[in-house]
Amino acid sequence: MTWSEMQPLLEAAGTETLVMVGWSSLITVVGGLPLGVLLVLTGKGGLLQNTVVNKVIGQVVNIGRSMPFIILMVALMGFTRWVTGTTIGSEAAIVPLAIGGIPFFARLVETAVREVDHGLVEAVQAMGGNTWTIVRKVLVPEALPSLIASTTTTVIALIGYSAMAGTVGGGGLGDLALRYGYQRFQTDLMWVTVAVLAVVISLIQFAGDYAARALHHRGARSGPGPKLRLLRAEEPAAADVGKVA
Amino acid sequence: MITTTGLTKVYRSRGREVTALDGVDLHVREGEVYGVIGQSGAGKSSLIRCVNLLERPTSGTVTVDGQDLTALAGRGPRAGRELRRARSRIGMVFQHFNLLSTRTVQDNVELPLEILGTSGKERSRKALELLDLVGLADKAKAYPAQLSGGQKQRVGIARALAGDPKVLLSDEATSALDPETTRSILGLLRDLNRQLGLTVLLITHEMDVVKSICDSAALMEKGRIVESGTVGDLLATPGSELASALFPVGGEASGDDRTVVDVTFHGDSATQPVISQLSRTYNIDISILGAAIDTVGGLQVGRMRIELPGRYEDNVVPIGFLREQGLQIDVVDRKEPVLVKEGAK
Repeated sequence: MTWSEMQPLLEAAGTETLVMVGWSSLITVVGGLPLGVLLVLTGKGGLLQNTVVNKVIGQVVNIGRSMPFIILMVALMGFTRWVTGTTIGSEAAIVPLAIGGIPFFARLVETAVREVDHGLVEAVQAMGGNTWTIVRKVLVPEALPSLIASTTTTVIALIGYSAMAGTVGGGGLGDLALRYGYQRFQTDLMWVTVAVLAVVISLIQFAGDYAARALHHRGARSGPGPKLRLLRAEEPAAADVGKVA
Repeated sequence: MITTTGLTKVYRSRGREVTALDGVDLHVREGEVYGVIGQSGAGKSSLIRCVNLLERPTSGTVTVDGQDLTALAGRGPRAGRELRRARSRIGMVFQHFNLLSTRTVQDNVELPLEILGTSGKERSRKALELLDLVGLADKAKAYPAQLSGGQKQRVGIARALAGDPKVLLSDEATSALDPETTRSILGLLRDLNRQLGLTVLLITHEMDVVKSICDSAALMEKGRIVESGTVGDLLATPGSELASALFPVGGEASGDDRTVVDVTFHGDSATQPVISQLSRTYNIDISILGAAIDTVGGLQVGRMRIELPGRYEDNVVPIGFLREQGLQIDVVDRKEPVLVKEGAK
């Protein structure tokens, strides 16, 4: 297969991946961030401590995370149809991707927010700040470097999930590699696709790391600034994708 | 300015109960610097955190500036609007500064003003004014990570003052600082107390803090206040543990048949040649084991530890003589009283 043959296929698939992962990442962050913060707030010793709410959210998140993505996609078909009007195509894949991503991201947010020094919360309480103020001015800003790292991990996980979107006709790079490599034995296109994916993921990881470090080192005494390090293994994401797939 | 009555705090965990505060009555007058000292675990941290209700007292009341905060608090664990408004008028500084690392120094100082809903222009004017007051006007754009410990605490103090509080609570504010920085921060607190008429309640485990800036002090042990009063009164109280810890005079008796007496001079009595009078009147030899003059809480105080020959029973008359001279006399037991001592953590 020549490059000129591959190019249009890759472009089309790349656009599909971009659309699916872009939208589902956005929805995941918008949905997962408040959920993760809520998990911390309602948790033991939290500002809105509430065991029942905490347990319920925790369980929902656990169920969401334990569901293999491909099954989630099938199970959510009714819901997907209700939201998008169809169960096939890239648009339809966005729904299960986002729903699979939200609990994943929520747990990462929970961990990041829990890391924030409780003394800061106390200081703002002593100033007369309410819970919303504490979330807005302390928990989220102080956890931001970790939150950005979590977002990077989540986006990469979603790219992994999106390979399965082909099952519902969602297309995308993963699907392209699967169809040409597995079903048509055109391994050359498969390897090119895999290479493209590797580059895309590296770039995302690099951008995420750079942003997180830029924020984290802000004001550090002798901060040399973010170091450039390409291709950093992101184990949690890889492990997770493997498990879910 | 700050009054607590019958304050108790009981922590329950896994069926065990720990009483951190056991009926604390504290009275801090307007415009004074009040120090609560005690060992770790004595309950001082719980006490100061109960004053602005970061910690809910189990029972008892807290009144700050005439406002009963315990009544404002309501029942739920969350702070209602009224309590939050009251808190904004009580400044607090912390041992570990608790500055937001993602905000500049100026933005940290502006935070309480943001909560109060002050306009942007007014916020930055006020923040810069406060930074100037604490001597950090040139660090407004720096991040906390770029500052030294003492500078961070200055930012903490500026932040605590942003809401124009009448009361400043200091939770071990100097315990994480080296001695020199501690002195400069205490000096700053003292200046603020004088310039702004700020009432300061501080807790500490360092006697030097009480000695250098407090007008009044209280000693806490096992959740109770065992001694309290103005520093002057405490020094004049015979057998006061706080007084002897504030102003220790060393020296051991040289033998069993000796009586050791601490003589404290303040005011006019310091000018009388009492020791030589005592020696001549009763024809006894007096050894001086230790002596010092110091300024405690702004008062000149002299203290001397002397040794008289013979047991206490033999020395009742000379000791009576010293008392007649208007001196404060403490006969030191063979067993030293346990002073408030705790090394810096």
